[in-house]
Amino acid sequence: MASAAHVKSMEPSRSAAAQALATIVVALLLFVSVYAAILVAPEERTMGLIQRIFYFHVPFGWSAFIAFFINLVASIAYLRSRAPKWDWLAVSSAEVGVPFVTVMLVTGPIWAHPVWGIWWTWDARLTSTFVLWVLYVCYLLLRTLIDEPERRAVVSAVFAIFAAFDIPLVYFSIWFFRTQHPQPVIGAGGSLDPRMFRVLLVCWGATLALLALLLVQRYRLEAMRWELDHLRLNLDRPGPEPQRFATVGSKGGSI
Amino acid sequence: MALARPVGVLLAKELRTEFRTRELLATTLVFVLIVLVLFSFTFDPTSVESRRFGPGLLWLALLFASSLMLHPSFTHEHTNDTLLALRLAPIDPVSIIAAKILANFCFLLVAELVLLPIFAALYNLHVLPVLGRLAAVLVLGTLAICIVGTVFAAISSQARMRELLLPLLLLPLLTPALIASAEATAGLFEEQPALAPVWIGVLAAFDTIFLTVTWLFGDYLLEE
Repeated sequence: MASAAHVKSMEPSRSAAAQALATIVVALLLFVSVYAAILVAPEERTMGLIQRIFYFHVPFGWSAFIAFFINLVASIAYLRSRAPKWDWLAVSSAEVGVPFVTVMLVTGPIWAHPVWGIWWTWDARLTSTFVLWVLYVCYLLLRTLIDEPERRAVVSAVFAIFAAFDIPLVYFSIWFFRTQHPQPVIGAGGSLDPRMFRVLLVCWGATLALLALLLVQRYRLEAMRWELDHLRLNLDRPGPEPQRFATVGSKGGSI
Repeated sequence: MALARPVGVLLAKELRTEFRTRELLATTLVFVLIVLVLFSFTFDPTSVESRRFGPGLLWLALLFASSLMLHPSFTHEHTNDTLLALRLAPIDPVSIIAAKILANFCFLLVAELVLLPIFAALYNLHVLPVLGRLAAVLVLGTLAICIVGTVFAAISSQARMRELLLPLLLLPLLTPALIASAEATAGLFEEQPALAPVWIGVLAAFDTIFLTVTWLFGDYLLEE
């Protein structure tokens, strides 16, 4: 079984050390980004301290979009190749992307309340982000409601493709209602202080590292779950398969 | 078109099964009527208010109704395992989905034909002067609901809690279609009726994109 071979190929002690090291590096990066956002970046003239939430709001948003893009690519790749690893990647990216969008949806109102005077407004960016969040929560919910692993992978991949193609349409259609969100300050017509931009990049780097770390961990968990599901399905089937149990048992010991 | 013949045959089969009992149509009609009556209690349906809220309510009612009525399109094949028989036929599996989309499209359009005069009377709206343009919006909007709805009915029929799951998957995804249809319809009930091309464009884009996605990936949902 591909999953068993995959899990077995990682030597427990070395991979544990690598994981610990990666976790420490990501933690350090996050610490540096908090330091940079609060102490290095210059104070914004009108908004003051609250503006610093921008250094987390924007990077988590960008990283979340990358996660959902990975989800789309992995879903299409799964349907084309039927290799379980693509399904593991798809579910991992969605499950990491949803909390990242949640960070964006929570930090947004915290910033908006003092600056706009309201927690929430139904403008294009806010509403389409909210719909995006709902769509991927539904994706994760759908996955929990199908037991058979291959069926779950296929069905949720099709849903993921629909959801991904829906996002631009959602954004475009809501955009025709008046939009209140601050316009992008990076790129054309932007007026972001270069120091602010550098801090933003540091913070984005840190969130990307966090994304990668969580993605790898979740991917390995999914690989183990996939194997477990298959073991369970084989147990449920009538008639013993002594040879199969023997090989699976020996591989199970190395997890 | 290699698809046309199998789709025609399957569509005839879907229509025949439905028109023998007319269960789906009857329940959908009554459901939308109930929703429209209930909505009238949430605000004062004078003609000014109606012009503002009426179109949105009509589309919401249709959306809720479709999230219920589309559900049986695949589950009723489970009863005698007839989906297996359809899959065994030497045809492109996409034609099974296409026929179901078209059948649901017909059912919903028939329901709308009956409901439109009642809706116009209840909410005191003038439908006749804008009938042609309204028909265009209804056709595009209904197609949007039926494409995504039928595919998602195929998805939810393979999961637990399927009755609850379909609206959950369908309603957020139909956000752009709902906005575009409701806005286009609202434009037609203004003092000076006008059809904003942008909303027709959004609906047409929605239909085209999801028809293409269904054509490319829909057949995966039918395999065993």
